[in-house]
Amino acid sequence: MEFRTRDGVAKVLNGVSYHVSAGETLAVLGESGSGKSVTAQTIMGILDTPPGFITNGSIKFRGEDLLTQSAEERRMVRGEGIAMIFQDALSALNPVFTIGFQIEEQLKVRRGLSKADARKRAVELLDQVKIPNAKGRVNDYPHQFSGGMRQRAMIAMSLALDPELLIADEPTTALDVTVQAQIMDLLAEIQKERDMGMILITHDLGVVADVADRISVMYAGRIVEHADVYELFRAPGHPYTESLLESLPRVDLRGQELKTIKGLPPSLTNIPPGCPFNPRCPRVFDRCVTEVPAVHNLGMGRTSRCHIAEEVVARG
Amino acid sequence: MGRYVLRRLLQLIPVFLGTTFLIYALVWAIPQDPFAGKCGQRPCDPAYIAEMSQKLNLNDPLVVQYFKYLGNLLVGDFGTTFNGVSVGEQIATSWPITLKMGIIALIIEAVIGIIAGVLTGLRKQGFLDNLVLVSTLFLISLPVFVTGFVLRLYLGPQGFDLMDTSVSSDPTFGELILPGFVLGSLSMAYVARLTRSSIVENRRADYVRTAIAKGQPQSRVVGIHLLRNSLIPVITFLGTDLGALMGGAIVTEGVFNINGIGGLIFRGIQEKEGIMVTGIVTLLVLVYLLMSLIVDLLYAVLDPRIRYE
Repeated sequence: MEFRTRDGVAKVLNGVSYHVSAGETLAVLGESGSGKSVTAQTIMGILDTPPGFITNGSIKFRGEDLLTQSAEERRMVRGEGIAMIFQDALSALNPVFTIGFQIEEQLKVRRGLSKADARKRAVELLDQVKIPNAKGRVNDYPHQFSGGMRQRAMIAMSLALDPELLIADEPTTALDVTVQAQIMDLLAEIQKERDMGMILITHDLGVVADVADRISVMYAGRIVEHADVYELFRAPGHPYTESLLESLPRVDLRGQELKTIKGLPPSLTNIPPGCPFNPRCPRVFDRCVTEVPAVHNLGMGRTSRCHIAEEVVARG
Repeated sequence: MGRYVLRRLLQLIPVFLGTTFLIYALVWAIPQDPFAGKCGQRPCDPAYIAEMSQKLNLNDPLVVQYFKYLGNLLVGDFGTTFNGVSVGEQIATSWPITLKMGIIALIIEAVIGIIAGVLTGLRKQGFLDNLVLVSTLFLISLPVFVTGFVLRLYLGPQGFDLMDTSVSSDPTFGELILPGFVLGSLSMAYVARLTRSSIVENRRADYVRTAIAKGQPQSRVVGIHLLRNSLIPVITFLGTDLGALMGGAIVTEGVFNINGIGGLIFRGIQEKEGIMVTGIVTLLVLVYLLMSLIVDLLYAVLDPRIRYE
């Protein structure tokens, strides 16, 4: 995946690969600009070309490569096969249409339901995401909903066509903490009920620990580590993950200065040679600057892109 | 909503009084003998002057004159010209013609302008985009009388003879299409540009991305989700434009020899028929006021975030 910009070609995604099975939650973790949202939008096929170009790779869904499908076939996958919810539900919902209209639209246009049936189903969906008085609120506009309610409505809309995979792009970032927890609980519950696969994109380690089965950590458009959630928290296999975990505020270390990762993530038009994390890595040595680390297999489906992955894991 | 409409209607009263007084004062307070040149080469007969001054209340102070005029207006009496012709009747014959032409112009500018704006807004920097940008710039920089004369000449029997460009005294819709196009051409260019920039601004909006992510067909993504949001400023422009079109019809009506309001104002000004000018301009003020009220109400319909308590 490349973005051709005025400042040069940005290699936004490079060798990113992951898979999700039904009923499973994969968390994609990373800083802003690490390429997690772009990955999701590439899967959905909703990136603008230009500037975005997919130079090679494949996206397999139900065993079929989405990239070889026609635009129309891909459109049919959207919503019905793979649905997506976005970070800021206020701007992601159309301000001039009612919540009901935006849910019913899916049912009428894609499923051919009648107006009355679509309305009935929309109320059911709103009920499922625990919107109180769904029947009365179906005619409300997005701005009449609170932040949490809007995200619930967004989730209801994404479920309208019973997708097999749900991509949640930072679904709780714009919400306050108590509402965040409610939304995550709701997502977990719905996923379990429907045995749906979920890709959860986030930069919040706390959220990940709660709901994810597996984690892919992204840095500068690559997956630097991939692991089972317990394994990753127990012993991170990449210095970047290690630094992320160390920068979490901890109650038992109260009064000490919070650890941070020094420096900024690299510009994607100008990724440093060798390992992209080398300018910020606490364990950097000469090989990191010259040689791109290969994928190290750490067993049990764990991988890490670090020259000394084994050493890092062992230390944890 | 009801209370808002009522408040807005009440607000119309002071605005109406203010503008009509201004017009009345501008027309009648000119430091010139209103009878100069009214009776051919010789001065007017004193008896005629006395009678007309009495009829037009010219001996009263300006404010009193104005309120007497307003009183007549309220009972539907627009007064008579110096020749004794009823202004009301004159307006009644020309008003429908100009209104018809104004509506045709509005439809043409809305349809062509919005289509051009949407097409270019979606595909920025292509051939079509440049074509529309250049042609709208061309239309904006050309005075209406040039557009009018050129089109009339080249499309008519003296040119390529593509259509009959003459307009009868009681014109049909068909006859008014070309004049309507000329009248609306300038606004059409603005509508195209306004729509284009509005589409460009909104097409990367999150809700458009959502509609695509939902797998809605492209026609619905653009035609429903994008267009509904992008047309809000365009509708405002179109609404207030009807008044401007009717007032601006003077030139177009002159070029195509149409017996409408514009010609009436023009003759009124030329012959210093103050009563005619005041009457017509008052009507145009009313059109403006009503259209702006309709636009404000339409706002709330188009954008539910705007609510009038």
